[in-house]
Amino acid sequence: MADLFDDYPAGQAWDEMLDPRTGPRSAYRRVHAALADLTAGELQARADTLARSYLTQGVTFDFAGEERPFPLDVVPRVIGSDDWDRVAPGVAQRVKALEAFLADVYGQQRAVADGVIPRSVIVSSTHFHRAARGIQPPNGVRVHVSGIDLVRDSLGGWRVLEDNVRVPSGVSYVLSNRRAMTQTFPELFAALRIRPVSDYPRRLLAALTAAAPAGVDDPTVVVLTPGVFNSAYFEHSLLARTMGVELVEGRDLFCAGGRVWMRTTQGRRRVDVIYRRVDDEYLDPVAFRSDSLLGSPGLMTCARNGSVTIANAVGNGVADDKLVYTYVPDMIRYYLGEEPILANVDTWRLEDEGALEEVLDRLHELVVKPVDGSGGKGLVVGPRATKPELDALRRRLQDDPRGWIAQPVIQLSTIPTLIDDRLRPRHTDRRPFAVNDGDDVWVLPGGLTRVALPEGQLVVNSSQGGGSKDTWVLGGDPAWRGAARSVDRPQSVPVDSAVPIEGNPNDLRAQVMQQQQQQREA
Amino acid sequence: MLSRIAESLFWIGRYVERADDTARLLDVHVQILLEDPWAEEDLACRSLLSVMDRAAPPERLPVGREHVLDMLAYDRFAPSSIAGSLVSARENARRAREIISTELWECLNTTWNQLPSHMRPARPHDYFTWVRERAAIVAGIMDSATSRDDTYSFMMLGRSIERADMTARLLATRALAGSAGPGWTTLLRSCGAHEAFLRTYRGTASDERAAGFLLLDRLFPRSIVFALNQAEASLAALEPVVDRATVDDARRHIGHVRTNLEYRPLREVLDALPREMEKVQRACSAASDAIRGRYFPSAAETNWVGEAL
Repeated sequence: MADLFDDYPAGQAWDEMLDPRTGPRSAYRRVHAALADLTAGELQARADTLARSYLTQGVTFDFAGEERPFPLDVVPRVIGSDDWDRVAPGVAQRVKALEAFLADVYGQQRAVADGVIPRSVIVSSTHFHRAARGIQPPNGVRVHVSGIDLVRDSLGGWRVLEDNVRVPSGVSYVLSNRRAMTQTFPELFAALRIRPVSDYPRRLLAALTAAAPAGVDDPTVVVLTPGVFNSAYFEHSLLARTMGVELVEGRDLFCAGGRVWMRTTQGRRRVDVIYRRVDDEYLDPVAFRSDSLLGSPGLMTCARNGSVTIANAVGNGVADDKLVYTYVPDMIRYYLGEEPILANVDTWRLEDEGALEEVLDRLHELVVKPVDGSGGKGLVVGPRATKPELDALRRRLQDDPRGWIAQPVIQLSTIPTLIDDRLRPRHTDRRPFAVNDGDDVWVLPGGLTRVALPEGQLVVNSSQGGGSKDTWVLGGDPAWRGAARSVDRPQSVPVDSAVPIEGNPNDLRAQVMQQQQQQREA
Repeated sequence: MLSRIAESLFWIGRYVERADDTARLLDVHVQILLEDPWAEEDLACRSLLSVMDRAAPPERLPVGREHVLDMLAYDRFAPSSIAGSLVSARENARRAREIISTELWECLNTTWNQLPSHMRPARPHDYFTWVRERAAIVAGIMDSATSRDDTYSFMMLGRSIERADMTARLLATRALAGSAGPGWTTLLRSCGAHEAFLRTYRGTASDERAAGFLLLDRLFPRSIVFALNQAEASLAALEPVVDRATVDDARRHIGHVRTNLEYRPLREVLDALPREMEKVQRACSAASDAIRGRYFPSAAETNWVGEAL
């Protein structure tokens, strides 16, 4: 019988599941065995179930104006317990450093005075908003939710590709992927101890509630969405639904008397915390783009006078800037006094002396990214670009060296993915999500694994046609459960004292039935 | 209306609701056993079986998901299994064929016809979803195509008594299994109450509120108090109170247990949850008997004995 893994090509990249010499890696042993047992037809049937379940649930992504089911691959990403226990603190450390950096940028700018980061880098960032200066978040948190993109290089080490502390999206896919996968692979879930992810909405709501303005006892939290036509609308509605809060659009809000209100059937109701999924530029037509219909005029004024908390804070984009990214390891040392746990990808800052010349020279072998882009927009992969593209890029770099960074091409790790009816290696990255409630940074086990479906493609963003996988973190101890058990003794009812479940006594009269059957009509 | 027909109508209501509730209960149970790596399968399954009035195998044999599903989902002969309930519902509908609407009959009959093709042990979730959908169609047809006369009242009466009884059993699984059992969130979800609950209490609510929601909420149709109120309303529709001083037995059982829940501090009820839930189940059972005595008296079966004079 043909094995699904037959002719699985060993590439140059690190493969998550298979070591070319020793076979399946230890975390994947069971998953590999279970998959190897299936025929292509069986696996395809499960893949169809997943796709159908997503269409029913309405888990869709807007791709070039069309609503498609978010592609979820049948093969899960598995992460060993010890691997995760190294990554999670690394993510938390990074979030804490970015938090300190943002507080500093919109405060005293000590790091500039101490020469850690040049002032020019900060003030030239497109997402540095002077309007945000001096706004003090109530519990000191600006990065309530973050997504740190990680990749594994060809040696198997984790590296940070970029930070997302504006409006990181994708967590709804983590939650719905898990739900669909448990229904499709019950036997694997039964055999492996996979850390649950369903705690996320509760943690998020707790963090948002903790961020409410001082003196508000029972804060009203809302999720602000651009509307049903936004590509991530599914996520906005899922978060609002699972947190049990209102999902509002800009037109549902208004500002009056220095506060933010929403229009309800019971009159106006005060809003204390806005988890916004609208970009800074559209949030408040008074402070930013005056043509915006998505925000609510006056929001920034209310945020400034402290009557409402906007999460994530306005102006966080400066920390997402890819040029600022190159300084994050220095920030970790400067603000936290720690060595970075997760390394950056080596990056050329084009304004450094000699860097631009070197990059222009080697353009055909590098990846060049715009500093303020997201979702893989504007990114050029040197080895795959044509000569006219490279020439055009060269001119753009010379015109605006601040606007771009260059990195060596990283062979992102690969993972077996169902393509047609075969498992084939495809490049993948991972976005763990972190929630900061002011006391602690909690990292959701696993995170979103994205995979580039076209062969050899290194850009995994879903806006570029990427898919996703469920991410399983194995093991871990249920410390809190053990403690609970001693007081919460299970009891059981003796079977004979259970209240019987009855049926209609007429159902049981077999004799009547027999006689009725015997009466044949002539 | 003939007593025999009325009894069938009452039991159609009960069986369909029972299939629906059992599917919900099993669905969350299976889901939690899969999603939660620390779940204690044996203990959780045993407590579920005991609450559902089924004998568990002896101590030394481990009880797993498959066993529970075989007994409570796929068994076509036991009245406490989903398949058994659906089969019986169809039998009762056949007996009352001339009273119920063709739409309702065809719906129950189709369900029965399709039953074998949906009982695929590999994917219990699909089966449960299908059962819930069929139950919703039955409820919809009852609601939209039945005159609000005795036919309707008997079906609603069966449905609400069963719902109170099953919700009580569901809450008992939580109390009995302790931390090995489903959490309150899971229970809420199984009743389709999770989102309604979140909207009411906004996410951060405590366990106590979740319990209170399923026990006492006056607006949510699957809470015990709501179901008991509905049962009382159906009884009142069948027979308005004429006697100035007494009420009939069925109404007394239901009203007594409802007020017992409604007018006591929630804490007190929660502290003795298994016992209180047992009381609810017993009251439902007693009310069911009283209804039978009052509306469906059957002739005592006479055994004729041939005797030579």
